[in-house]
Amino acid sequence: MPMFLPNDDPGANFPALLRRTGLTETGPGGERLGGDIPHATTCVAVRFADGVIMAGDRRATSGNLISHRTMEKVVEADRHSAVAIAGAAGPAMEMIRVFQLQLEHYEKVEGSALSLEGKANQLSMMVRGNLQGAFAGLAVVPIFGGYDLRRETGRVWAYDVTGGRYEEREYVTTGSGSLHAGTVIKIGFRDDLDRSGVLALVAKALWEAADADSATGGPDALRGIYPVVATITADGFTPVADDELATTFESVAEEVRAR
Amino acid sequence: MNMPFYVAPEQVMKDRADYARKGIARGRALVAIRYDEGVVIVAENSSATLRKISEIYDRIGFAGVGRYNEYDQLRVAGVRAADLKGYQYSRDDVDARSLANLYAQHLGQVFTHEMKPMEVEILVAEVGQTSEGDQMFHVLYDGTVMDEQDFAALGGDTDAITERVKAGWSDGLDLAAAVRLGRSALAGEERTLDPADLEVAYLARGNGRRCFRRLSDGEVEPLTTTATS
Repeated sequence: MPMFLPNDDPGANFPALLRRTGLTETGPGGERLGGDIPHATTCVAVRFADGVIMAGDRRATSGNLISHRTMEKVVEADRHSAVAIAGAAGPAMEMIRVFQLQLEHYEKVEGSALSLEGKANQLSMMVRGNLQGAFAGLAVVPIFGGYDLRRETGRVWAYDVTGGRYEEREYVTTGSGSLHAGTVIKIGFRDDLDRSGVLALVAKALWEAADADSATGGPDALRGIYPVVATITADGFTPVADDELATTFESVAEEVRAR
Repeated sequence: MNMPFYVAPEQVMKDRADYARKGIARGRALVAIRYDEGVVIVAENSSATLRKISEIYDRIGFAGVGRYNEYDQLRVAGVRAADLKGYQYSRDDVDARSLANLYAQHLGQVFTHEMKPMEVEILVAEVGQTSEGDQMFHVLYDGTVMDEQDFAALGGDTDAITERVKAGWSDGLDLAAAVRLGRSALAGEERTLDPADLEVAYLARGNGRRCFRRLSDGEVEPLTTTATS
């Protein structure tokens, strides 16, 4: 039974508890590992009236090879927030897992959930904790978004490898295709876009990113693999169903054909 | 050289047990009742913030009676043990039985080796994939573990409460009926308990990954007023 004295109790901090119980290894450091570990790629989050829509492609690459076609880079952090990652897949997945556990752990120990700002700050500390890894070529750069129940609005954050945390008013992007995706969103963004409008916009952004960036996967109608898209509103995290994504991407394709 | 007075071990244990029992009997009781969708726990608790019933893990709930600071410490340790195990192995590997054993080890250790036993009784409940898989473990202040079927009462005056639950319990109760049964069993003949005096939470199979839900006073009210049985 993990019991601690009151003066060195880790409180509701799950990563601290992991360190105390010796379950975390020290992060990778030293020599650069090179380019053959899986990397993952274009993710976007866009604010709209009801909250946030977050989307990410499914491809992971190891150097020139496509190592996975079905990676889920956009995941539910807790009921009212989501996180998406770019960077070295292994450390990124581990970071997401510990982040999800930390939010749930805090909620259970304290009896109430962290504020959205608190969650964003927590993720920032985890990214900073991977700085050694970033030097070794295992950088992880997430984006974070969610519905702020106190302010009743959607909010999005971008990060850098050092744990820098930047809240944006319209949208955030991460990954190797983020320049292309970000440009599409920047041009198409309007304050009054509704859910379907934002959905069409993020679909177009991912399409263009996949078109121009070899490490970003496009919609794969042949295998039925579509990017992961989710809405985060007052009702919580809801993934967008594959058939709706299929029609959305089909209309993007129509538009491209008509050019 | 001073010789300490000899006290028979039987006497030491008896004194400690009496001490713990007295502390527990001072507090208010709670009942856990198996119903068609899982397990519901009804506690007499007038505080809306200091809770007796809490979530431990996806399918596991916790309830404690006695000294608040002591069972809350056990609750937090349980959340930690469960989250660590789920992180280290898999979420499927976290179960109520091993958690109840951990609690029993700890309580037994404190009972025999510390100055003062813990004045608590706790319940670890797990909701299974089907109703046959529902489990309730009742752990006493000295580390005794009891595997309860169908229902359990913790705290003071439990014999009378258990009798009242037994009289009203049947297999396949719905949530509202189980809450009503719990409320009337806690109240007894002479008193009535308002929703504000109760803390109600349940573990239900249909709640998705995290089965635990807490009911607010406003949600308890309609459950207790429909059809008096």
